[in-house]
Amino acid sequence: MRKSMPVVVGLVVLGAILIACAPAPAPTAVPTQPPAPTSAPQPVAPTTAPPPTEAPTSAPAPTAAPPTVPPTVAPPQPLLFLSTQNTPVEEQEKMRNVILKDFTGAKVDFVSDAEGVVVDRILAEQKSGKITIGAIGVLHGTFPNLLAGNALEDLTPLVAKLSDRPIVKEFMTLGKLGTDKQYYIPWMQATYIMVANKKALQYLPQGASIDSLTYTQLAEWGKNITAATKEKKIGFPAGPSGLMHRLTQGYLYPSYTGGLVTTYRSDDAVKMWTDFKAIWEYTNPQSTTYNNMQDPLLSEEVWVTIDHTARVINAFKNKPDDFVAAPAPAGPKGRYYMSVLAGLGIMKGTPNRAGAEALIEYLTRPNVQAAYLREVSFYPVLESALPTDLPAYVRLEADGVVKQSKALDAKVALLPIGLGTKGGDFNKIQQDTLTRIVLKGEDIKTVLNDEANQLNALMTELKAPCWSPDPPSTGACQAK
Amino acid sequence: MRTKLESALPYSLLAPTLIFVTLLIVVPIFQAFLLAFQAPDGSFTLEYFQKMANDTSFRDSLKFTFLLLLFIVPAQAVLALVMALLIHTRFRGHTIFLYIFAIPLGISDLAAGIAWLSIFTERGYLNSILSQLGILETPFLFLSYQNLPAVFGTIVVAESWRATAIVMTILLAGLQVIPRDYFEAADVFGANTLKRTLYVVLPLLRPSLQAALIIRTIFAFQTFSVVLVLAGRVIPVLAGESYTWYVTNRNPNIAAAYAVLVLIFTVAATWFYLKFLQTSTAEAGYD
Amino acid sequence: MRSSHSRRYISSRVLLYGSAIVLALWTLVPLYLVALAAFSTKQATFQWPKPLLPTDFSTETMEFFVNTRGVLGSVGNSVIVALLTIVASLVIGAPGGYALARFRFRGKDTVSLGLLISKMFPTAILSIPLAVAFIQLDLYDTIWGVALIHTAMALPFVVIITSGIFVGVPRDLEEAAQTLGCNRVQAFLRVVMPLALPGLAAAAIFTFVISWNEVFAATILTLRNRTLPAQVLSSLNDSPLYYRYAGGFFMIVPALIFIFLIRKYLLNLWGGVSK
Repeated sequence: MRKSMPVVVGLVVLGAILIACAPAPAPTAVPTQPPAPTSAPQPVAPTTAPPPTEAPTSAPAPTAAPPTVPPTVAPPQPLLFLSTQNTPVEEQEKMRNVILKDFTGAKVDFVSDAEGVVVDRILAEQKSGKITIGAIGVLHGTFPNLLAGNALEDLTPLVAKLSDRPIVKEFMTLGKLGTDKQYYIPWMQATYIMVANKKALQYLPQGASIDSLTYTQLAEWGKNITAATKEKKIGFPAGPSGLMHRLTQGYLYPSYTGGLVTTYRSDDAVKMWTDFKAIWEYTNPQSTTYNNMQDPLLSEEVWVTIDHTARVINAFKNKPDDFVAAPAPAGPKGRYYMSVLAGLGIMKGTPNRAGAEALIEYLTRPNVQAAYLREVSFYPVLESALPTDLPAYVRLEADGVVKQSKALDAKVALLPIGLGTKGGDFNKIQQDTLTRIVLKGEDIKTVLNDEANQLNALMTELKAPCWSPDPPSTGACQAK
Repeated sequence: MRTKLESALPYSLLAPTLIFVTLLIVVPIFQAFLLAFQAPDGSFTLEYFQKMANDTSFRDSLKFTFLLLLFIVPAQAVLALVMALLIHTRFRGHTIFLYIFAIPLGISDLAAGIAWLSIFTERGYLNSILSQLGILETPFLFLSYQNLPAVFGTIVVAESWRATAIVMTILLAGLQVIPRDYFEAADVFGANTLKRTLYVVLPLLRPSLQAALIIRTIFAFQTFSVVLVLAGRVIPVLAGESYTWYVTNRNPNIAAAYAVLVLIFTVAATWFYLKFLQTSTAEAGYD
Repeated sequence: MRSSHSRRYISSRVLLYGSAIVLALWTLVPLYLVALAAFSTKQATFQWPKPLLPTDFSTETMEFFVNTRGVLGSVGNSVIVALLTIVASLVIGAPGGYALARFRFRGKDTVSLGLLISKMFPTAILSIPLAVAFIQLDLYDTIWGVALIHTAMALPFVVIITSGIFVGVPRDLEEAAQTLGCNRVQAFLRVVMPLALPGLAAAAIFTFVISWNEVFAATILTLRNRTLPAQVLSSLNDSPLYYRYAGGFFMIVPALIFIFLIRKYLLNLWGGVSK
């Protein structure tokens, strides 16, 4: 046995070397060498090192000469569509097999990943000059980072081509990222709604209707539930990657104070936090681990919650008869809600610009937008009414969304604008505020003062003006 | 009879390793190090460290990192030693048990987090069992921020489960090398198992123990996935803060500052182990 | 001699088996639960109280997970990367471990410390400079790139573990072989290697563990040629609970298999070591 040992080891090593020397399993990157002739006349940024094989006639496919080749003439070139949306497994499959199925303008490779990875990849490619990415589909809040890294093409020429569809104007403005150039085209939107297990409805306060609750009534509701079940059944997505800070920014603050930054430490804000603490008393403490609310809803750890539409949709899908969607509660200043916007951009120096533009054109068509809603429950960015042929569970959620936007006291809070690369710092201030006031029980006024000072420092550094619902400002937005 | 070739031998044996590690790890570490100290305009600055120190979670992350270390490393050392000694007795069926004990080696933090979350979550397996046995009326909240000791406990349990096998493997390999005569001699002299373990085995196991503890501590400073899954932001740890600052808040500079801190602490801990678990050169078989 | 200690013998045996069984159960139960959840219907994962026995057996989630684009490919990638890493790190690192074990030379402690220090920096932050470098070197999104990084991550451990093992192999045996006519290399292969094999196997397992479970570098350095943890991390984070169970289970199974294989290898050699 001893003698054969070196032989065995040698065989293993040999085998491993053989495997290692086998050709790499999958084709690695999109070939960057054969540039479509349409990209040649483009003013390519100096950082893009031209591939060594670039020659005017190197493209093998017979293509027409004019720069804006209609997508159906050339055979589809590969296009890497990198996104932070539709990451759940099912959604990715839907994207590939249903939504992108009929697109002929390019051979799309849809890759979806976490924001950190996507941003890193984009910025690293830009730095190195070897571009493989084509179209970029990320949230509004992610684009400033990319713009700062000089990774986005100017899409102003594309806007004219899309003028035939009713894209919401405010969204198009957001797509300029505070400049005068268009950097992304609105892609799809989502919002945050309240979802309740039908079992909880019997505990609603007297005279309250779920479609027009106030935050105070929410607290009372929670109290009734706890009294009856001895458990705390309200829940919030306050986990490490939960979206609680958006609720603070776009729902709680505006509904009580009519603003966000300017009113950060106002008396109304103090009232808001006091009322929220009352709600939190009947909230499941495990909320600090919840990143999405569909799991706790389905396991019934939580009966009432407010969360992003994409993070509760599975509750409706798996148990459609158990849940009801409703508008978020209202505060003294109205029923504020926030729309989350995702946009489509094009990577600067991309090899297949025509394909990317064709993709954007395709994804903003009304029928494709309707398909989005049907398949992955993201809402269209078009002014038109929602399609009627939705699966039942999507309809259930959509009803809540529509009710929320059409409520009499409904008002829209916008996503932060002009935060540049410091969006994370901004969100952290809300997270810290909540942690200190609600979890650690610190004095509200002291915390608000503290955090408002940090907020002011941040806004001053960014020179960012106020955005709705704060009144417009001259100079940096400041908390009073 | 050391020829020139011979005295160059250790260096040439080590060279490939050193080149590899320098290029792929050390150089990027320097570059990342710079991130913690370099202002956007290129000048040296301590502002990131200041921001880090003033952060709400900073003190907590320090406290919890060390607390976790204090609980987990000794617990695992003891557990791993017990497992290794058990296997070493070669009782009937020990191979199966060895395989079972070694299984967590292959389990990544992700999978371990999923497994233990499903046990400890409010409507999870542990509560299911407890309520079915009639011990609990309403589910117990293991993961509630209002019950920090409980959350802490779940982390210690989950981490011990996940990483003890690493320590055990190293200790087991070390045990193999101790000649059987030592064990048998102790037996002849009537020493019972405990005495034998303490006075004979442990000292001989020192090199392995040292290696195992160092490795486990280095890992402990770096891992945060399980903590993040079970405790969210309620129990911050240094590595977790570094990750969050980079991935969630997109601030690589403060993330690098935390990372530098992790580096410093780990170096200090290693120095501590090396000093107090020193393997004398005579024991190591030189000369 | 046994009869006079029979009671102590029996109770010590009971203690032995008892503790072994308890520890084994502790290790296995969480795995069983994940497997249980992965092979239940979606509804069963939401039930309360949770069923502890497979009453609702179904392969629907596992099937969907396995058939999801990229999953099987990523398993293959993980295996290849892990094997590459093991070979590379043993071939490069074991000689280094030998050098540390057998020689006294200037800078020895610095080397040991330096190797360890390379492990002490969180991987997430390393990715920032690494990603740029890899793109420039055309290593981005390749198996090779990931294997390179994993090897660099595993090398310090391999060197230290193997040096600890080689230290434990008595020098006299090697020298005896040399006096009997072997040169240094032969002495190493015929005498030291067999004795050190359990330790080397431990180092190999270690390397496998590091590579297989490594999530960070793999995630940041690949986009379409993912290893399994990177794939799972990216696609499961927002996915519903039942998929996460399927993903978790799927990640555990190959590890079970690999360790099973290695275990047999370890077994045969113990007898050879102790005399």
